[in-house]
Formats: sequence, structure tokens, C-alpha cells
Amino acid sequence: MALKHVQEYRDADIARHLAAQIRDRSRQPVRMMEVCGTHTVSIFRSGLRSLLPETITLISGPGCPVCVTDQAEIDAFVALAREPGVIAATFGDLMRVPGTESSLQRERAAGRDVRIVYSAFDALKLARAHPDRQVVFFGVGFETTAPTVAATVMTAAEAGLENFSVWSAHKTVPAALDALMGMPEVAIDAFLLPGHVSVIIGTEGYRPFFQRHRMPCVVAGFEPADLLAAVAAIIDQVASGTPALANAYPRAVVAEGNPKALAVMNRVFAPVDAAWRGLGTIAGSGLEFTPAFDRFNARHRFVLHLPVPVEPKGCACGQILTGAKRPPECPLFGTRCTPMDPVGPCMVSSEGTCAAYYRYAGRGNP
Amino acid sequence: MTPETILLDHGAGGKLAHRLTTEVMLPILGNPILDGLHDGAIFDLPAGRVAFSTDTYTVTPLFFPGGSIGDLAVNGTVNDVAMCGARPIFLSLALVIEEGLTMAELERILKDVAVAARRAGVAVVTGDTKVVPRGAADKIFINTAGIGVVAEGVNIGGHRARPGDKVLLSGSIADHGMTIMTQRAELGLAMEMQSDSAPLNGMVQRMLAAAPGIHVLRDPTRGGLGTALCEIALQSRVAIRIDEAAVPVRPAVAGACELLGFDPLYVANEGKLIALVAPEDEAAVLAAMRADAYGEAACTIGEVTVGSPGQVTLTTGIGGERIVDMLAGEQLPRIC
Repeated sequence: MALKHVQEYRDADIARHLAAQIRDRSRQPVRMMEVCGTHTVSIFRSGLRSLLPETITLISGPGCPVCVTDQAEIDAFVALAREPGVIAATFGDLMRVPGTESSLQRERAAGRDVRIVYSAFDALKLARAHPDRQVVFFGVGFETTAPTVAATVMTAAEAGLENFSVWSAHKTVPAALDALMGMPEVAIDAFLLPGHVSVIIGTEGYRPFFQRHRMPCVVAGFEPADLLAAVAAIIDQVASGTPALANAYPRAVVAEGNPKALAVMNRVFAPVDAAWRGLGTIAGSGLEFTPAFDRFNARHRFVLHLPVPVEPKGCACGQILTGAKRPPECPLFGTRCTPMDPVGPCMVSSEGTCAAYYRYAGRGNP
Repeated sequence: MTPETILLDHGAGGKLAHRLTTEVMLPILGNPILDGLHDGAIFDLPAGRVAFSTDTYTVTPLFFPGGSIGDLAVNGTVNDVAMCGARPIFLSLALVIEEGLTMAELERILKDVAVAARRAGVAVVTGDTKVVPRGAADKIFINTAGIGVVAEGVNIGGHRARPGDKVLLSGSIADHGMTIMTQRAELGLAMEMQSDSAPLNGMVQRMLAAAPGIHVLRDPTRGGLGTALCEIALQSRVAIRIDEAAVPVRPAVAGACELLGFDPLYVANEGKLIALVAPEDEAAVLAAMRADAYGEAACTIGEVTVGSPGQVTLTTGIGGERIVDMLAGEQLPRIC
């Protein structure tokens, strides 16, 4: 029986070595933020914080696509699911996110046709299989997801599929980094840049941001050793006083990213101002349809009656997404807000900061 | 001639129902007790305390690599009885069938029930069939109840873990849950995965023969290994520490978990058990587990400690520490 033991031990050796090196070299306090839900979960699951010296503070930023999706968008998803004849196709972790009145999970329980899909292409398959129904895909995610959705839309256009549309709530990462740095309550010395997003946009995707802020920015992979290597790189940059835009995930990320994926994304989508939960509206941080593909825009295809969005009282998701508060500092954490009965989106997604704290650090434990 | 699909009439108690029982079910499941077609089964039990358990099975798809709803329904209940430290002997079998299920599917399921029962050494001695209108059930739901006898001197319970106990696991985790998930998802992943659905009563008998004083047995089904350990820690008011690197996960399963953002600690198993035993019993119980076909990869994954009661901690592959909490709601595939 082939098991994973050997590889785990090998990783462990590298990780221990890197952790020792970091403890050895770290002199001054550094607050670094990761902006990727997969990083957040990896940090918690590996117990990485327990290996780092006190000088290093890891802060979880707005890296979980579900968590940064605005309440009004969730309300629109619920309203779309209620439209007669609609098949609502969504990624699984949107199911439990509470909107103002309901959630997709509740709508499914009430008999609406809500399907969990694993990619936009699955939604396209649904549209082909049900020509008499309107299939709407809820497009949530960063530059990682958007190119696939764009490719799906191009396929639908080539096939002349009229019963498929996308509600695009996609967001782009560099714009959010800029917004974060402009917020007075945010105190960050360095960024651990998201591996998956960087595969698409490349290190060069962050160049304008880096040139404006001149702070350590290091692209990191997802294994504990990858993350430690990026932390070590930041420590060295801080120690030598030479901030740089660096790549600690070279086996997957190159400077120019994936030009083909970017080209597809830019054919179908164009930047637009977008509302982020917790961060407010950020100029040019969303992706909306270009005129050539606008006929697949669900925002135009349906006339929805939406409730006035009411964000849950007392929920600190906004401050948690900016790193201004840690989950245990939210009055609802672990009491009114739990993964079983989430109040805010950071508790809903498995990659949300609150859910990760709750699951891996113990409810209410600091 | 037997119709090709199950109709409401098959559950109506008339001729069709009778023919379904005598021409389809008995030839597959029959035994001297069942063949009597009495309202209930009448039998003698060996002396001792009786363990009695029931569970209801629903799974999509009905057939999957490594098993089907038929053998799950047998193995699941056999294992629940076995985790009481008992030797399971008899099962009941109740079917709720959605009209339209094909006769071929039903026969295949019943054959899987028969094969699984034979493999586990138990007999189906009573049963019931209901047919409901289309949409009132999802193809077929199965309930089984099992009855078994606990040998003298055996005392298994979730409250019996003590500091110093070793935590033993019978093999790799998350095989069943990830197999079902990838089947459902049509991910097109040509991953070599199959359900671990298996009867564990034989292994339990070997383990009890090696060390009758085993403290806790549990099969980590829904909720996975993590949830099962949390339950034991709470019931016994002890802390449990496990070593991530010691917990076997097959590479394909680990890969699928990574892809979908699942933690294998919370993914269902249908043919694995955990045992908490006094340190002096560790070697003998491990040897007994490894001697069984379903426990070849058995290993020690951790121990019971005197830390905060109810708390399960995990030493990660890189030497970090973290808490293992109970699963909260079904794991949903993430975006990425």
C-alpha cells in the first residue's frame, strides 16, 4: 500500500530547517499579511505559527473569495435561484453564506434548483442538458477562477447557447492590496502573495503596486515549507533594508504569469469598480463583461427585486478581512457565530479566517 | 413475467409483492429463519449481554468503486454492533424503494447485501419492503438493524479512555468519502480510489482475543477520524494527542482532498476503526489488527494525555501544534 509517509517526513525536514533559520535571523517585529484563503488554511493546518518567533505576526487578509463577496451579490444569487425556470449553478462554499433574507442552501431546501458545480464548464453542461431552462453561474473568485469562466463564456458564444449566463462578482487582487495600504487602521509591513493568483498574473502583475509602496512582497506556494521559504525571504529583506518583489514559488509562478489565460480573461471581462465586503468599493477591482460578451451577463438578463442589504449586527468580518481584528476579538465569534450557524461570511467558507480559527485554533482560544 | 422496474404495486401487499419476495428476494437472501416468511424472526441467542444497533443508508451514486448501498447497509450495522465489543449475528433489512428503480438494480443491491452478510458471517432474518411514488425517495433507502452478543469480560465504552492509552487506527483514512465525492462530482479525475467499505467484526474478535480489556472502539464514519476522537475525548474527559505524520492517507485521496479543500480528518470511512488501549496491550492489539485482511496497515497514531478534557491536538507533519475540532456541517468544495 503506497502511503504518503516518506514525503511528509521529507517536507518536515525542510520545514524544520527553514523554521530554525527564521528563528535565528529574525530580529525586528514584522507584520505580514497573506491574501489567500488556501494560505490561511495551510498556516492553520500545519500549525506553522507555533514554529515562528514572536517577532513575526501573520495576519489573514481578504483572500477568501466567498468572504469578500458583498452582501448585495449574495442577495442577488438568492433572488436568481428564486426566478422561475432558473437552474442556479454555484461553487459549494457559497451555499451557506447568509444573505439578507436567505441563503442558497435554504433556497435549495425550499425546492429551488440550486446545483453545486466544480467549474463553470459544469454549468455549461447543465445548460446543454436543459435547453428549456435558464442556467445561471455565480462567478465568484479571483484571477485564478476568472479565466476559466471567461473560457466557458467564449465556448457558450461559439455554440450559440442562449440559456447560459454568468453573474460576475469576480475580483482582482492587486487592486485590493492598494486599497488595504490606503486604510488607516491597516498596519502591514509585508505581503505573502497568493500562489494560485500569481500563476495567472505573474510577479509582474504586482509590479505597479510594489513600485508605489516599496515593501517586501513575496509570492508563496501552499506547502508549509513553501510558506516558510517566503517568510524567510521577507525576514532577509527586512533585515537588509532592501524590499523587493520576489518569487518563492518558482516551480509554478513565472514573471509574466500565464499570458494566454490573461488574454482570454481580458477578452471577456474588463475592470470595473467593485464592492468588497469589509473594504468598501475599490476602483477597478472587479470584472464585468466586455460589450462583445455582454449578452451572457446575468445582470442584464434578469430583473431582480432585491432587499436592501442588511449586514449582520455586531459582525466584525469587515475588520477581520483587513487584519484590524482577530476572530476571537469579534463578540459573536464562537458564540452566536459558528460554522454550524454562521453569521458572517468569514465563518462560512472553509477558507474563511474565522472558520480556520474556529476549527484549528479552538473556539475562543486566542 | 417479472416487470423490469419496481412499481407501487410491488409494495401493496398483493401478488406482485409476494412474487418480489419469493422470486427475487428469497433466492438471493434466503436462510432457514427468513424462508419461514413469518411476521418476525424467532431465534435463540448465545448467553451474554446483547448489543443492538440500527442505521439507515442513503448514498448517491448507489454503486461506486469498492462497494454499493447494499454492502454499506450490511457493513455499517455490523460495524456498529462490533464497536460495542459484540459479535454480530442477525440483521433485519428494510427497503424504501422509489418506484422506477429497475429490477436489475434491486437484484444487484440484494446480491451485494447477500455477499456482504456472508463475508461478515451474519444472516438477514427479517425484512420489509415499501415502495413510494417517484420523488418521495431517492432510488432506494435501506435500514438495517443488527443484533449481537458481547463476550464475558468485555467492556467497551466511549467513556473508558484513560491517560496513557494508545490510539490505534486500522488503516488509511478518507477513502470512502473521497470516492463518493469524486464520483458525484464527475470531476473526470482518473484517480485510483475506492471505498473502504468492509466488515470489521472479524478484526474486533481477533483484537478482543488478544486483549479483552480494550477500552474504546469506534468506527470513524461520518465526521471522520477528527470528529470520532473529539467525541471520545469529551465522553472520557481526557485529552488526546495524535501525530499527523502517523495517520495514513493514500496519495490519490490526499490529492483529491487538496483539490477540493477538504481535510481528510473529517472525511467519512466505512471500513476503519480506532481502538484506545492500555499501553501494555498496544503491541498485542496491533498485531491482531495487522493479522486481519482489513487491518494490514494498522498503526499507532497517538495517545491519551492529561491535558484539558475534551481537547484533541495534532502534531503536524512539520512539528507544529494545532487543535482538532469536531466537523461542523458537511464539508463543501471550495472555490479556486
